[in-house]
Amino acid sequence: MNLEILDYAFMQRALLAAVLVGITAPAVGIYLVQRRQALLGDGIGHVAMTGVGLGFLLSWSPVWMATGVSVVGAVLMELIRWYGKTRGDIALAMLFYGGMAGGVMFINLAPGGSNANLTSYLFGSLSTVSEDDVTAICLLAAFVVLVTVGLRRQLFAVSQDEEFARVTGLPVRALNLLVAITAAVTVTVAMRVVGLLLVSALMVVPVAAAQQLSRSFAATFAISVAIGVSVTIGGTVTSYYQDVPPGATIVLLTIGAFVLLTVLATPLARRRARAAAQAAAQEAGDPAECAIPATRTPTGKVGV
Amino acid sequence: MTAEQAQRAEQTEQLRDPVISLRSVTAELGARPVLRGIDLTVHRGEVVALLGANGSGKSTAIRTVIGQVPVTGGEIELFGTPRRRFRDWARVGYVPQRTTAAGGVPATVTEVVSSGRLSRTRFGVLRKADHEAVRHALELVGLAHLAKNSVDALSGGQHQRVLIARALASRPELLIMDEPMAGVDLASQEVLAATLREQVAAGTSVLLVLHELGPLEPLIDRAVVLRDGCVLHDGPPPRALGQHALPGHDHVHPHAAHDAEPIRTGLLS
Repeated sequence: MNLEILDYAFMQRALLAAVLVGITAPAVGIYLVQRRQALLGDGIGHVAMTGVGLGFLLSWSPVWMATGVSVVGAVLMELIRWYGKTRGDIALAMLFYGGMAGGVMFINLAPGGSNANLTSYLFGSLSTVSEDDVTAICLLAAFVVLVTVGLRRQLFAVSQDEEFARVTGLPVRALNLLVAITAAVTVTVAMRVVGLLLVSALMVVPVAAAQQLSRSFAATFAISVAIGVSVTIGGTVTSYYQDVPPGATIVLLTIGAFVLLTVLATPLARRRARAAAQAAAQEAGDPAECAIPATRTPTGKVGV
Repeated sequence: MTAEQAQRAEQTEQLRDPVISLRSVTAELGARPVLRGIDLTVHRGEVVALLGANGSGKSTAIRTVIGQVPVTGGEIELFGTPRRRFRDWARVGYVPQRTTAAGGVPATVTEVVSSGRLSRTRFGVLRKADHEAVRHALELVGLAHLAKNSVDALSGGQHQRVLIARALASRPELLIMDEPMAGVDLASQEVLAATLREQVAAGTSVLLVLHELGPLEPLIDRAVVLRDGCVLHDGPPPRALGQHALPGHDHVHPHAAHDAEPIRTGLLS
């Protein structure tokens, strides 16, 4: 394979952006999946559209504008989660669709703007990743990696069991906000490559795929980032040679990876289940096969 | 010193030193008042059970102590410090009401228990002593051999033991437990009771929500019974039914050697 692909400046930028997206999206996504908020990324993606529209309208950088608006949206969602105990889902739905409608509205108000401008943000486009975009993406990705790796133990505790995390003295609300903000930043990092509508897939599916193989959080994190990087590079290269849209290619590759790992994992899971059964039997002092348990503790014994 | 004198000396000692104190605490969930001014004190070294029917406010009372539910009135103190200013969370171990220790992503038993150690670390960096403490906590609940297993693969009783190990990882002076025996089979209940007995013997204070006293009964110094958000009873545990309540029952459960046990099929237990 020759590497003429690397001769083009726009492809260099696209590949760099793709790698950064492949790292950051699953790195944040794992905490969202752990908190059972897998679709938060999707909601933020909708809100970010308003940012893109505003960027066009005000002739500011759509990437930075989308970052700002989606951070505000993510903070709002987190606040709704705290205070709006009733009908929180309705409020969230309004935020999502309001964000999408706002984007369409602003972009049509912008001079010379139309929904066509929005398409590259919705579905991703490699050839339009500019020098400035790359700078923004690098800075934002550095922030995301710093948070998701540097605070992994704290974020793990808060995402695993919020109530318990409070009693370890962790600033639970601040950390929840940080996860929401980091997710918002990741959405805008990924926006240029996979597109706003597909970004959530790259946050969730690599984690789901990694779960098929792993049984620890650390391994899930590592495997999902590895899958993320593989599919974003694979999708970018494929879209260069085959002239297919990068975002869709990346998402389909990710789902392919999920299916492949699920199939591969079945014999592995079976072997693990056998090992676990043996360990459990060892604990109970029972043989591995079914037998009358002769060594029960005398729980019901009369002790008067 | 006679046993009675020792007990009295202990009591005066305890009166000086409350680890948890709630004074006329009220709380609401939504707009519904759940606590209508409850008083509750746990002294150092004491084991207090919080009893009551479903909806009586037991869990809410516990959750006001840890700050998960905001109070609308009254005062809460932990180790003599108002809860709002209390920062020394490493002294408190908490077991929330859960049926599972698992989250949305696989995690090993060690990973889950390690998060209980965060209150003793700076910036979440685990040192050698922290790993040691996590292993020790797992040994206390008898799960050391499953340390590297995924929590998804555990039974209900083992999940509860993981949650308790997580609370013990910071070597707390006070354990707060919300129905630690819920959905736990008898064998695991015995393991948990033994673990708790060791902790209490070492001087740990305990506040726990229970549905029934069960195998923990001999450990409990005092019971507080709630009904409709008010304290109905505060004193010795209600007389248990059955042979545990008989005078002269000294709560010694000799565990004979395994081979001396009658063969049990498990059909009747």
